Amino acid sequence: MLLQATPDTTGYMIAGYALTFIAMGIYIFSLSIRAANLKRDLETLEMLEAEERAKQK
Amino acid sequence: MPSKPLTLKFLDLASILAMVISTYLALVFAPQEVVMGNAQRIFYFHIGTAWVAMLGFILAALGGIIYLITKDLKWDRFELAAVEVSALFFLITICLGAIWARPVWNTWWTWDVRLTTAAVTELVFIAYLMLRQGLEDPEKRARFGAVYTLLGGLSVPVTFMVIRLFRTIHPVVVGSPSAEAQGGFNMDDRMVATFLFALVAFTIVFIDLFWHRVRLGALEEKVEQQKLKASL
Repeated sequence: MLLQATPDTTGYMIAGYALTFIAMGIYIFSLSIRAANLKRDLETLEMLEAEERAKQK
Repeated sequence: MPSKPLTLKFLDLASILAMVISTYLALVFAPQEVVMGNAQRIFYFHIGTAWVAMLGFILAALGGIIYLITKDLKWDRFELAAVEVSALFFLITICLGAIWARPVWNTWWTWDVRLTTAAVTELVFIAYLMLRQGLEDPEKRARFGAVYTLLGGLSVPVTFMVIRLFRTIHPVVVGSPSAEAQGGFNMDDRMVATFLFALVAFTIVFIDLFWHRVRLGALEEKVEQQKLKASL
């Protein structure tokens, strides 16, 4: 018998696809966290600016 | 940050759909390769991520050139977004290559010329992201970034061409008559369709993430300006 059976490399395939989706998921999560933090910072800064203006009046 | 444009919302949905279809094609529709088994299916995402990463690094270099000409900071945001998203995809490419190599080459990693140039390219752009953090002045940071991405971008054609110019164990699957002899494989019609769809799917995902990152950059700039105003 010269033909060899196809090796079972399914575990590697699963690892590859899992890694892709996990990495992309982490990046999307990081984008949303950073956006939320920046929005909060901006709100705080705008509030401080408004307070400062009110004091000056 | 202004509310999300309708096109971007559509792109978010298109990205999810494209990834679902691409995964289905790669895991179910494409036939199993007889020599490598299911590990060969990694190839579709490996090439898809490599394609968008290289595209992004070139876009970053173009953004750098345009910044140097126009001095408009929006091109610095464009460049940063392209580098960040591309660095993510290129890291996935390298990891997928290592996972594929383990059963096929019997090693996770070897200092082959293609693997080495790919690792150098990734490290060059990770260093870019780290070095930017150390520069406070936006103009100086943008100028540094533009020159850096322009020089770093040179590693992209080198990485792409190196397997076609030097002896390497990395297969040249696309456009090589001796793909099988190099540890690669010849693709049948279903494999080609899956491969092409993966390229399209990752391009859609790349554009989507890139757009989100550009919007985040605009928000970062707004906060930076507000902080500057508050400190005066």
